[in-house]
Amino acid sequence: MSLPRELAELQKQILGYARSYNLDFYEVIFELLDYRKMNEVASYGGFPCRYPHWRFGMEYEHMKKGYAYGLQKIYEMVINNDPCYAYLLECNQLVDQKIVMAHVYAHSDFFKNNMWFSHTNRKMVDEMANHATHVRRHIDRYGLEVVEDFIDLCLSLEDLIDIHAPFIRREPKRGFAKSDERLAPKKLRSKDYMNDYINPPEFLEQQQQRLDEDARKSRCFPEEPVKDVLRFLTDHAPLEDWQQNILSIIREEAYYYAPQGQTKIMNEGWATYWHSKIMTERALCDAEIIDYADHHSGTVATQPGRLNPYKLGLELFKDIEERWNTGRFGSEYDSCDDLKRKLAWNRNLDQGREKIFEIRRFHNDVTFIDEFLTEEFAARHKLFTYAYNRKSGAYQITNRGFLEIKRRLLQQLTNLGRPIIHVRDGNYENRGELLLKHLHEGVDLRDDYARATLQNLQKLWKRPVHLETVAEEKGKILSFNGKELSEAEVSVESIA
Amino acid sequence: MALRIDQDHNRFRQIVRGRIKRDLKKYITHSELIGRRGKNLVSIPLPQIDIPHFTFSPHQRTGVGQGEGEVGTVLGSGEPQDGTGKAGDAPGAHILEVDVTLEELARILGEELELPDIQNRGTKNIASDKDRYTGIARSGPESLRHFRRTYQQALKRQIAANLYDPTNPKIIPIREDRRYRSWKVSKQPQSNAAIIYMMDVSGSMGDEQKEIVRIESFWIDTWLRSQYKGIDVRYIIHDAEAHEVDEETFFHTRESGGTVISSAYKLSEQLIQKHYPPGEWNLYLFHFSDGDNWSQGDTEECVQLLRERLLAAVNLFCYGQVESPYGTGQFLVDLKDVFKDEEKVVLSQIENKEAIYSSIKEFLGKGK
Repeated sequence: MSLPRELAELQKQILGYARSYNLDFYEVIFELLDYRKMNEVASYGGFPCRYPHWRFGMEYEHMKKGYAYGLQKIYEMVINNDPCYAYLLECNQLVDQKIVMAHVYAHSDFFKNNMWFSHTNRKMVDEMANHATHVRRHIDRYGLEVVEDFIDLCLSLEDLIDIHAPFIRREPKRGFAKSDERLAPKKLRSKDYMNDYINPPEFLEQQQQRLDEDARKSRCFPEEPVKDVLRFLTDHAPLEDWQQNILSIIREEAYYYAPQGQTKIMNEGWATYWHSKIMTERALCDAEIIDYADHHSGTVATQPGRLNPYKLGLELFKDIEERWNTGRFGSEYDSCDDLKRKLAWNRNLDQGREKIFEIRRFHNDVTFIDEFLTEEFAARHKLFTYAYNRKSGAYQITNRGFLEIKRRLLQQLTNLGRPIIHVRDGNYENRGELLLKHLHEGVDLRDDYARATLQNLQKLWKRPVHLETVAEEKGKILSFNGKELSEAEVSVESIA
Repeated sequence: MALRIDQDHNRFRQIVRGRIKRDLKKYITHSELIGRRGKNLVSIPLPQIDIPHFTFSPHQRTGVGQGEGEVGTVLGSGEPQDGTGKAGDAPGAHILEVDVTLEELARILGEELELPDIQNRGTKNIASDKDRYTGIARSGPESLRHFRRTYQQALKRQIAANLYDPTNPKIIPIREDRRYRSWKVSKQPQSNAAIIYMMDVSGSMGDEQKEIVRIESFWIDTWLRSQYKGIDVRYIIHDAEAHEVDEETFFHTRESGGTVISSAYKLSEQLIQKHYPPGEWNLYLFHFSDGDNWSQGDTEECVQLLRERLLAAVNLFCYGQVESPYGTGQFLVDLKDVFKDEEKVVLSQIENKEAIYSSIKEFLGKGK
């Protein structure tokens, strides 16, 4: 449905303002939806058409209830696509629509320019619709329950992708020795009495080890641990064609959504930064100020003890702009220990705007926090770390030290906050069994979920599956052979 | 307008329904649901209809937050959300609350217990007249005058008659402009079933026994409500004497003293005579006791009352005997002796909470 004239005018205006700040975005198509339609689209992750699955229905139920009880209301939704699609809620006030439009143009700019989005499919709306068609066809052919059950299995594993894979050009496979002969290191020619000097035994020993290692690896399958578990399954699990098709659909969608998870703080911070700029400097009229302030403060409100990505991102961008305007960065500033001078520091560089545009191009949340979260910022914004206290059964503040905060925050953002899990062996024990390995970094897996997921994995792999992990500081291997779960302890060294 | 999502939503509801059905036994024996009953809805906590993932253990999870507080400050009872990851990391968050209408719950119960639909006995479906103000009429009492419609009419008329001056917009309604709210009379089916619950609250009925009665009557209620439009419920408690009480008292009183069951039967007979003429009402009597009556003589009186007075009036007389460490349970044996072949009498022994399930089936399985 095309926008009513009033909103179309507004869109033209906001678009002009956004351009005037050098935002560079895809064309944005706004659609006006009533709340039911809005909830529907939101349940489908922003897309008008997805494959049929009950989890969308569950999402819808939550939204519907949240809306009915006035707990939540979706203001803004935008799809990374060229053109971008964005949705406006019919019953919103005009000033709200303005904010949303300004916000959305900044998102669109981010989608277009941030390099972590550079490999996403910009025709995803069409692609999702194609996926839906495929899945519906499979349903017609094999039955709803069969297909649905299979989708459930795939979704259970959808996290197991390699979010960096789109940026890595893999080296072509090296050829490896076909024969079983043991390769020996080449010796340099020498006279007998010189041999120990020209070909020192220690060196030969080293070379031999390296060759043996290579040979062992080349007998391994896969040769190197594979992080893109879904890919590995698509290629090697005994699946029927339609199953393979569905698995790759799930995988493709997981990859599509990954950059949004990787840049949540930046993306929302960027959009919030720009909607407040556009609104306060250009678009607001006097009568709207109170409503705007109300809406904006709602967006950046932080509940005690929580972290709001809109707020954190916005404040970081503002902080960076300020620092690069005044030159408060670099070793000279950092090493200055005169507090007075530091507080009055101003080099009048005016590079702030330029800097934040550069950041929005090259960073994701992990690198963003790593590079731009400063000790002063953490103290000013009262950041802290928390942990669960078993004794009291509650979450408690544990630390206000900067390094700890940063470490936790980065850990929490790494791999989208999910455990890192590799395929270690596709021919485990030489019996065609599958071995996954969880790279334990201090936090155990949730046990009941791990077991359930393992069982789902087995249904794809058909042969027994195993997961190496660490629980309560002990290494263990969880196994499921299709009938029963078992658990064996292994030493932590062999895991590392 | 039908939405695409409706299909997925229905599918989800179907799955939910399946889950409830699968775990119905568990729900039946837990009293939790009773507290969650709203007017038409029960909110049922379902453990994670969820797709499992490899994820971090919530209790080892740490995170970063923002705000005031010393080290050690507790962050409220709910789990903190980092906002950057996925919501709902803590176990509590996976509990899904699904609202199910009582009607649907009854249907699930019916399917699972294979309860037959009740053959309606009351030949008269009493209908009462109810007025609903839905229409507009040209005449009526002034108290029902519809101001806006009247104004509209006057405005229309004046414009049409060219009496309207936009610079001086005065609207003067005349007699013909007046509009009045009018009502329609609709037939409303009225409650035509009544349940009378009787419970022994003598000293030997402990809390656990009452809990069983409470749970069982919740489900009976749910089922019967789905079968009739509107239901009257009465509660009688008795020890050596019987009283009519409200629902709250019924389930929470603890009295002590002897047990004279006939007192309750007498009282319910009075109730029936006074309020529920049997020709017009579907009547259900449920009596719960631990089966320890005061004297054999009273038991005989009960039997007589049942046979001569009550059974003729009711659809069903159900006696549930709750096991208690103090009771002899003789009453059930006596009733069984006498009413072996009486269709309208259902006797059930409820040893513990698990037995509620089969007891409901016994009570309602006849379709009366």
